[in-house]
Formats: sequence, structure tokens, C-alpha cells
Amino acid sequence: MRLTDREARILAGEAGEAPSLALQQQIAVGEFFDAEHFVPITNAHMMGDMEVMGDAGFAFVESLVKHGAAFAVPVTTNARCVDFEHAAAVRQDPALVAREAALVAHLKKLGALQVDTCINYQTVYQPRFGEHLAWGDTGTVIWANSVTGARTNYEAGPAAVAAGLTGVTPAYGYHLDAQRAGTLRFEVRCALNDYADWGALGGIIGRRTLDYWKVPVLAGVRHAPAGDELKHFGAALASYGSCAMYHMIGVTPEARDEAEAFRGAAPEAAHVVDDAALAAFYRTYPEDRPEIDVVVFSGPQLSVLELRRIAALLDGRRVHANTALLVTTNFANREMAARLGYVKAIEDAGGRVLSGVCWYIMEPAKMAAAFGWKNVLTNSAKIANIIGGYRLHPILRTTDVCVEAAVSGRLPARACLA
Amino acid sequence: MTVLTGPRGFGPDVEAEILLSRDTFSIRYDMDRETGVISRRGHALEGCSLAGKIVYFPAVQGGVAAGWAFLALVHRGVAPAAVIFGRTNPVMIQGLVLAGISAMHRVTPDPFTVLRSGDRVRVSPARGVVEVVR
Repeated sequence: MRLTDREARILAGEAGEAPSLALQQQIAVGEFFDAEHFVPITNAHMMGDMEVMGDAGFAFVESLVKHGAAFAVPVTTNARCVDFEHAAAVRQDPALVAREAALVAHLKKLGALQVDTCINYQTVYQPRFGEHLAWGDTGTVIWANSVTGARTNYEAGPAAVAAGLTGVTPAYGYHLDAQRAGTLRFEVRCALNDYADWGALGGIIGRRTLDYWKVPVLAGVRHAPAGDELKHFGAALASYGSCAMYHMIGVTPEARDEAEAFRGAAPEAAHVVDDAALAAFYRTYPEDRPEIDVVVFSGPQLSVLELRRIAALLDGRRVHANTALLVTTNFANREMAARLGYVKAIEDAGGRVLSGVCWYIMEPAKMAAAFGWKNVLTNSAKIANIIGGYRLHPILRTTDVCVEAAVSGRLPARACLA
Repeated sequence: MTVLTGPRGFGPDVEAEILLSRDTFSIRYDMDRETGVISRRGHALEGCSLAGKIVYFPAVQGGVAAGWAFLALVHRGVAPAAVIFGRTNPVMIQGLVLAGISAMHRVTPDPFTVLRSGDRVRVSPARGVVEVVR
């Protein structure tokens, strides 16, 4: 790779040992993917929590602190695995909680902004069109590339840390024009009436794409989606398909029409997603039994508008004694929702509003064992996709069905598929 | 004898037994990160340990957990010796680079046409070749 004078000095160790090692790793990754040079980034967003890092990752961060390393650009933190205020109530392992607190202290010494959110793009920082970033968490990446026209690859924890230390990232993949051309065409003919439907659409397209380097293009979407709908769609598309970008004709900024989305080329393949396809997707998540153990609204964290909707659907009713209701958001949204009365409404009903966390990284298998949960009802396709790997039975349904089941303790008959 | 070629990869030359998977790979969804054993029900390598093996996956799935997970496997002594992909994504390579595990991608031909699990092979990422060691 070609280096600028500044990068060459970093590599030579003039900025310290940690940035030099970081740049060496970035060069190795960049050369693997044929990057010819670096691009400066405005900020990095890192996934760094004990669930994902383990002791080895902790030791790595600890060694950076011992070397006196400090981030060169703002680095924000993604949702983590512990809500320190509610850890005991949701029976999290005290050893994990202590370790997570120590990790947070180390990350702050490096200069990280501990915002603990996977919806940084809704609440912390909105990148401009064409801005280069180094973001981790797949949902943040697909939002940045698709909805704002900013540019980032998936940058896993250590890669985001490296970018934070050097202030640059290798120019390959979604930093380059060529990679941002649409490749697969999806004609959307299904009705999309709920966040869960948008997540299911992401799941369907993701399962058919299954490739980081392919860019699905959606044509025919009937109504202009709201931000939270795109959030659920993108998070699911990234989770099921490993995708980092999509275009939606007439909606996203690099797809005013099909010619622009495909950069003038013909799609490699064309698919149709109709109501039958959507129904078939839900059928891959049949209930194991009508009784519901836990209802989860998470993955991604909820916006204030989503929290408002949960509060409204609960409508003063109580959550059933045999069912738990968990909601996750970030600190800022929880504070706003508290001022607006939504947190009280959900808590008075018997639900929990957790902040700074996402449920699937909170060691859900251990939590389920502690509470005796066997199934999970959610409106998040991303959560449904991940939780199967933890041997919990996932059930994906619309938001109103989820709230109704939380109150009655059972999946309503109209939502039973088995 | 060279059996697979690809673009220049990452890491030192490695010689070990190869394990071929017809299924894709996700760290979070498919593997027990404590033991390095493939744990997802119905995965082509379910029950197989990746420890010390050169592993081939045709493609990858899922998110950024791979970034830290390979380093954790190295610390527990259960890391693969090298990983070869058909198609991969950045987080897999970022994680393998951090852990110092050799990696290649975009190999041809399809490894199933020239190798079987258990064959002893040498991966030379710098030259972009995989050879059978008889």
C-alpha cells in the first residue's frame, strides 16, 4: 500500500508503539483486500464488550492502556452486554459484570466515548454523504452506507480500535465507488405494515444474497419507509445476508433511479418478494407452544418513537405473571422516554427498560436458564436469527402481537402458525 | 503438488490436516467460542474441533464477533492453524490478522474436487498456493 508521510511516520513509531502496531494490522487487512491506500476517517464506532471480546480481547485493550495509547479521532462504543443498573434484576453473572466494568474503565482511558449504542446514527452522530467512517456493528454500517451515503466497511472491534488509533482506514470495499454499485434486483410486492415485516423483508433478501460483496437493490417499495422501518430492515439484511449496503429506488441517496443504483449495468439476478414470501418467512419461526416465556424488543435498540408505541400498545394493562417483557434502548432515549412518560408506562405494566445493551449479547442462554425461559417472542428478525444459535426457540411476530402476548401470556390464536 | 491457488493471503506458511466444510461459517452462530468446536445443529462440521486444523469454508455469514473471537481461540489453545475461504468478509480477516492466523480466499478450483478432509496440506499465503503434502 502507498503511505502518506503521516502514515509512514506512524508506521515508524513516531506516534508511539500502539499506533504503529495498529497501522501494521491495517496494512495486512488492506493488502488482503487489494487496498492501494488509506482514507482519513472522521470517527470510529467499536464493538467492545466482554461477551464478544473474551479475556484475550480484554488483555489486548489492557496492553494498549499500559502503552499509553490514545485515540486520534472520536471513538464511540456499541451496545454492550451489561446494563449496570439492572444487572442483578436480570440475573447476570456478577463476574461478567465486574469484568465489564473494568473493560469500560480501560476503554475510557483510551479516550472512547462510552455511548453504548447500536443506533449511534439515530442519537449520537449523523454522517454526511460521502464521509469515510470506520464503524463496527453491522446494523450501523448498513445504515451509514445505504441511508446516508457515507462510506464504511464492517470494522470489527480490533479494526475499529486500530482505526481510532491511526485516524485512517484502508480504502477497499465500500469506501470505493465500484463496490457500491447494485448487483441484485428485488421487486418488492409485499405489504409491509410493521417493523417485523421490514425485518422479515431484510431476512428474505439476506438469505438470498448471503454475500458481503453483493448489493441488493429494492424496487417497488409501496410507501416511503420511516427511519425505524429502515433500521429493522437493514439490521436484518446485515444479520441474515452479511450485507453492508443496499439501494432502495427513490428512497436512498445513491438510487434516484435504477440506472443510478446499478451504475448502468444489468443486475446479476432478479427476484420477487411477494406476500407469500413474507408469510413463508414467518413460517420459519413457528411457535413451539402458545405460552410465551419472554417478549423481547431489542436488536437494534429502540428509538423514542418505538418506545412510545410499546407504551401505547400496553395501554395501562399488566404483563402476564408467567411472561417477562424486556425492552432495550440507549441512555439518551431512555432519558427522553422517561421524561415523556413511556418508561413509567412500560415499567408500571411490569416490563423492564434496559439501557446501553442489546439483548442478544447479554448472555441470553444463561439468562434463559436462570429464569427457565424456553421460547422468545420478538418483533426483531435479527434477534430471531441469532437466538436460534443459543438453543432458545425464537418466534417472530408483529409488534402488536408481541405486546398482546406479553399481556395475556399466550400467543393470540390469529398469530399461531403451528 | 499445488492443488489450490488464490490471491496473496495473510500470514506464514502452515502445514496441517485440512477440514472441508460445505456449509458457510459464522463465529457467533455456528461455533462454541469456548472450545472452538462447531456447535450449530445440522452444520456440515457439527461436533468438529477446528483446533490445529486448516479449515475451508465456501463463504461466511454474520457479524463482527469474528473480530475478537480468533484471538480468544489462540489464547485457549484451540485456534485453527489456517483458514481458507471461497468468499470472506472483512471481519473474518481483521480477526485472523489480530490473532496471527494464516488466511487465504478466492481459491480455485473448488477444494472438494481436489481434496478430502484429513489430507495433509501446506498453505503458503504469500505465494497464494495450497499444496498437498504426501
